[in-house]
Amino acid sequence: MPEKVFLRIKRQEKADGPSRWEEFEVPYQPKMNVLTCLQEIQRNPVTRDGRKTSPVTWDSNCLEEVCGACTMVINGKVRQGCTALVDDAAVSTSITLEPMTKFPVIRDLVVDRSRLFNDFKRAHAWIPIDGTYSLGPGPRVEPEEQDHRYLLSRCMACGCCLEVCPQYGPQSAFVGAAVLNQVRLMNTHPTGHMNRDERLEAIMDEGGITDCGNAQNCVRACPKEIPLTTSIAELYRETTWHGLFGWLKR
Amino acid sequence: MAATVNIAIVGGGLAGLMAAIKVAEMGQHVDLFSIVPVRRSHSVCAQGGINGAVNTKGEGDSPEIHFDDTVYGGDFLADQPPVKAMCYMAPDIIYMFDRMGVPFTRTHEGLIDFRRFGGTKHHRTAFAGASTGQQLLYALDEQVRHYEAEGLVRKLEHWEMLSMVQDDNGRCRGLTAMNLRTLEVKSFPADAVIIATGGVGLIFGKSTNSVVCTGSAQSALYQQGVKYGNGEFIQVHPTAIPGTDKLRLMSESARGEGGRVWVPRNPSDRRNPLDIPEKERLYFLEEKYPAYGNLVPRDIATREIFKVCLDGLGVDGKMQVYLDLTHIPADVLDRKLGAILEIYEKFVGDDPRHVPMRIFPGVHYTMGGLWVDYDQMTNVPGLFAAGECDFSIHGANRLGANSLLSCIYAGVLSGPNAIKFAQSNNGKRYDGSEAIFAQEEKRQIELNEKLKNQRGSENAYRIHDEMGKVMTDNVTVIRYNDKLEQTDAKLQELLERYKKVDINDGNMWGSQALPHGRQLYNMLELARVITLGALQRNESRGAHYKPDFPNRDDANFLGTTIATYSPEGPELSYEKVDISLIPPRARKYDADKGKGGKEVAPNAAQKENKIEERVKAGVPKDTAIVAESEKPGHA
Repeated sequence: MPEKVFLRIKRQEKADGPSRWEEFEVPYQPKMNVLTCLQEIQRNPVTRDGRKTSPVTWDSNCLEEVCGACTMVINGKVRQGCTALVDDAAVSTSITLEPMTKFPVIRDLVVDRSRLFNDFKRAHAWIPIDGTYSLGPGPRVEPEEQDHRYLLSRCMACGCCLEVCPQYGPQSAFVGAAVLNQVRLMNTHPTGHMNRDERLEAIMDEGGITDCGNAQNCVRACPKEIPLTTSIAELYRETTWHGLFGWLKR
Repeated sequence: MAATVNIAIVGGGLAGLMAAIKVAEMGQHVDLFSIVPVRRSHSVCAQGGINGAVNTKGEGDSPEIHFDDTVYGGDFLADQPPVKAMCYMAPDIIYMFDRMGVPFTRTHEGLIDFRRFGGTKHHRTAFAGASTGQQLLYALDEQVRHYEAEGLVRKLEHWEMLSMVQDDNGRCRGLTAMNLRTLEVKSFPADAVIIATGGVGLIFGKSTNSVVCTGSAQSALYQQGVKYGNGEFIQVHPTAIPGTDKLRLMSESARGEGGRVWVPRNPSDRRNPLDIPEKERLYFLEEKYPAYGNLVPRDIATREIFKVCLDGLGVDGKMQVYLDLTHIPADVLDRKLGAILEIYEKFVGDDPRHVPMRIFPGVHYTMGGLWVDYDQMTNVPGLFAAGECDFSIHGANRLGANSLLSCIYAGVLSGPNAIKFAQSNNGKRYDGSEAIFAQEEKRQIELNEKLKNQRGSENAYRIHDEMGKVMTDNVTVIRYNDKLEQTDAKLQELLERYKKVDINDGNMWGSQALPHGRQLYNMLELARVITLGALQRNESRGAHYKPDFPNRDDANFLGTTIATYSPEGPELSYEKVDISLIPPRARKYDADKGKGGKEVAPNAAQKENKIEERVKAGVPKDTAIVAESEKPGHA
């Protein structure tokens, strides 16, 4: 059993500042994950060569891969820190940690993902209801349809799909797979279906679905294994149809 | 027509978001504060489902039965009228989520499916796979985003509330908060404030809670004079996965779908569990509680698992038992429990479809909280509390799948009540320029500066570990008065040592060390409320169990513990419980609850005493819920 875990972490003090590397060594524990290592550094913020430093900062909350907070680049691969177990060969006891590259860095491993939440607004990613007051049950839904919608509903806005997408980044307005998936989720609900055109038109605009380059990195990177490329393919079909024939509805 | 009011809501989980939606729906304005983006709130972790007596299973279920189950499950400590109101509102709450697009698992006919949960005989828990909290939270997150796009909600994410602002009459006029990027402290006027900041699991070090669940906001308010109710009632969930950083919840729904808890009958049996035949397995919950089996309420299941392990019957002689799903068809497991199986696989490495899970109890939920009246208002006018952070509904023990429900109920009430209060209190509206705001800002800035400039040899995270360990060892499942006194002494020692904490962070931009330091102080103060409340309550009721006082004592303790802050420590008193609707009766789960159940046989009581003696000597070190702070590199 190993005794120590070695970490090489990209640090940055300010949002626009330079970055540098710092190296740490923490005691090994069975079943520990990358965030456990960062917590050890908080208890003893000293670099590997004995220099006192500040604790590393990172985003986390649930520690069980349902909240999407702890996205970071671990040994070159973007993933959640909480499920990056040191015992896994892909992580190991020699770990490089960096922040995501597609979002502005705040400090160390913390980035600003507000762009993603703003893009949810652009796509009208909600079901408009009449009110929260008593209105009786909602529409019946076939079990298989509901099981499919459930898969799409697991998106925790972690940003992994955006990190690996060649089309997404500061250089483009592309909303990315996560937002397109939300459109599909809303449009497949009986009530959401009533204003599906609104959402389709939102993603036929600048930064919408035509920016997708079909790299298919997104579906491979998604920690929840959401069928993102299926959602995108369905939306291609719907937006094409809407673009050609949507006006016929009037 | 009344002017638009501005309601400040602190906390973006289910309770906070529901309140925000209600306020925005009434055309009023919300300032919504959250430490994390609201979509990442701890509500996202809830797994099993939400209760409502919709009665589509042909069982003759009703809100009245749900009400009795809840009051009985809470061991009669809850004020009853709000519980009844909540149970009657529950079906409409489920329907509301349905209409918002929550992908509830469906029946063959396309109706919402319902499963059975702990402490009830009826199938009344609606669920979305095994990640229900996530889907409910996202539905509300989406609705709030809609109102945000319309300008009715202003989101202040990455802000942490520090304190409330009160005028000279004691009325709450707003709050102070700290921006977690810039570390600036700012005051915010509000016509009413709703606190929805969740549970306090981080006080125990390891729990099923998320990192933001410190109870820091509640503690800050308690220190400002807000009454705190039933602090000693902490739920330890029976089935959690031990871990280095967190105890990961294994939902009660695993048992709801047929999962069985067992240990080998022979304590030295080291065979592969799949090779142990049925009759050599001790299904101890099923044997002892034939009426409810594996679905006894959580406090009972937890104590039984604890006792079995302390008796030496744990799997491999360790503090763990089996939670077995291997007999359930794989397609049922995937459809109804997929998300929790995934958690077990990712963090433990075994596949629960083929190998029984190993679990042990873990701190999970906070029944106690800020005291509120039946309108969700605290003892401070204009300050409301909603959700897990308020003390109402669950009494001495919460039934599974009632929390998601109680959060929404509290949100539904607090939003409109906050508006009503704000609009009915005519007179000057405060706009933030008044002296009280600058004064409170200054006080908070000074506290920050003090912590920033403090030097010493103590580390805040290690003090946090020590607090977690002593609280977990002495203030959870089995409580002894001498241990509780020792715990309070330890907490006071930690409060002294806190003065020598160096946060090791001179860079205030995006500092996480400074906010954690502030939270730690608040956690230590609230830990005393929990510990001393437990010390003073000399009875056993629900989740609070003292072997030296093993029976419920309604004559002396059918009362809500109220903690009021003083610089020397919490001052405790008791308030009468509203039991006007259901008279208290004995709480036993070995038989149907209507009849009250059998008394425990004398020789069984004898056996229990032996177990308690061994616990008194010290909880074994490999207990999952004991914080592991004795490792190299620790103080």
